[in-house]
Amino acid sequence: MTPAQTSPLPGPDIVVRLTHWVGAAAMICMILSGWQIYNASPILPFLFPHWITLGGWLGAGIAWHIAAMWVLMADGLIYLAWGVLSGHFRRDLWPISPRAFIRDLIAALTFRLKHDLTRYNAVQKVLYAGVLLAATLAVLSGLSIWKPVQLGWLTALFGGYPTARIIHFCLMSAITAFLFVHLTLVALVPATLRHMILGAPRRTAQP
Amino acid sequence: MKDFRKKFATEIARVERRNFLRGGLSLGALSLLAGCDLSSNDSLIDRTLWAMLRFNDRVQAALFDPNKLAETFSRAQITKPFRWNAYYPMAQIRAVPADWKLDVSGLVDDDTSWDLPRLLAMPQESQITRHICVEGWSQIGEWSGVPLRHFLKAVGADRRARYVAFECFDDYSSSIDMASALHPQTLLALDFETVPLTPTWGAPVRLRIPTKLGFKNPKNIAAITVTNDYPGGYWEDQGYNWFSGS
Repeated sequence: MTPAQTSPLPGPDIVVRLTHWVGAAAMICMILSGWQIYNASPILPFLFPHWITLGGWLGAGIAWHIAAMWVLMADGLIYLAWGVLSGHFRRDLWPISPRAFIRDLIAALTFRLKHDLTRYNAVQKVLYAGVLLAATLAVLSGLSIWKPVQLGWLTALFGGYPTARIIHFCLMSAITAFLFVHLTLVALVPATLRHMILGAPRRTAQP
Repeated sequence: MKDFRKKFATEIARVERRNFLRGGLSLGALSLLAGCDLSSNDSLIDRTLWAMLRFNDRVQAALFDPNKLAETFSRAQITKPFRWNAYYPMAQIRAVPADWKLDVSGLVDDDTSWDLPRLLAMPQESQITRHICVEGWSQIGEWSGVPLRHFLKAVGADRRARYVAFECFDDYSSSIDMASALHPQTLLALDFETVPLTPTWGAPVRLRIPTKLGFKNPKNIAAITVTNDYPGGYWEDQGYNWFSGS
């Protein structure tokens, strides 16, 4: 099938692009202020460098964290609702097959994977679905350590307060790892950045 | 012993750092990049963060269920040794003043002061609950004392008032919303680990409120005020979220 025969793929639509950038900003605020909070009582034998943390001190770090939380949750809910209603998830993230993932992963690692801007390859599908799941669980585990009494059922679901705190940290780590891979891939295929800001390039000549 | 000393030194460093950094909600890394004044308390970002803190207070008040109890634990689950924490180092723990009385003021019918025998004559309750610090760590401890709701009833407090404020003789202060003050697990604790509070643990009376973070559990209480005017508190005035409900 040649590109001319494929149905025109709209690329990331305006809702996907807006929620991507608002969510990215909110998530980065959450991670950097989260590091500030982590430093107040580290669970591993290291601290995050102070200069990279957000807030300057614990109180301000928490203020950032519980302010950006609302932005992230609102943004995430809009995105998830849109993903379902617009068919974005079904069309672009589904199906995910392990065989295709392994095939595309090997191709990617050997720099033989052609990057097609009009559809996600299996590695992208797994990474995007994975980070969406991690972000959702990060929000839920975060709520469970913010409200271990009022949302006690949620805290119990995450194994109780101390365990939920460790899970929250692990999810942050997973999201941060995703960010590194994601940004590396954007650096390797810069056209995707333009795509995510401006949407799909127009296929027809301008009148 | 060495370990203990090391831990203590870290603790002092932590307290000093906290005090050093209490210049308000400064922006840290980003403001350095943007060239903002770190000590400014009046930037758009600071005002937005404070507004969000107030918004979070309202959300948490709405989320608060007066009948939802904090999880309780067995004696075997109590954290030992129990970690001590305050805004000052351990060396500055104060003895109970010889003339200590618990003063009561504000929207109450009876503002006579209380002494320890009078508090001990009230019905007592005990609890083994998780104490969660704003820093993230937590530990399980046992306290007993007078449920604050019984105390507020005894002094004829206006239970439609918005705040209950605590002043401490270690120059600490805090305040809580009336709904949390009336929660069945909110105690004016007199005992810690089944023995009367020592100055270390907040003698002669401290607040134990498992539905809020640790810094909302003031030790060494000297005065209680029932009021409709926002009282703030030691950490709350510096930017810790006022409601800080669990």
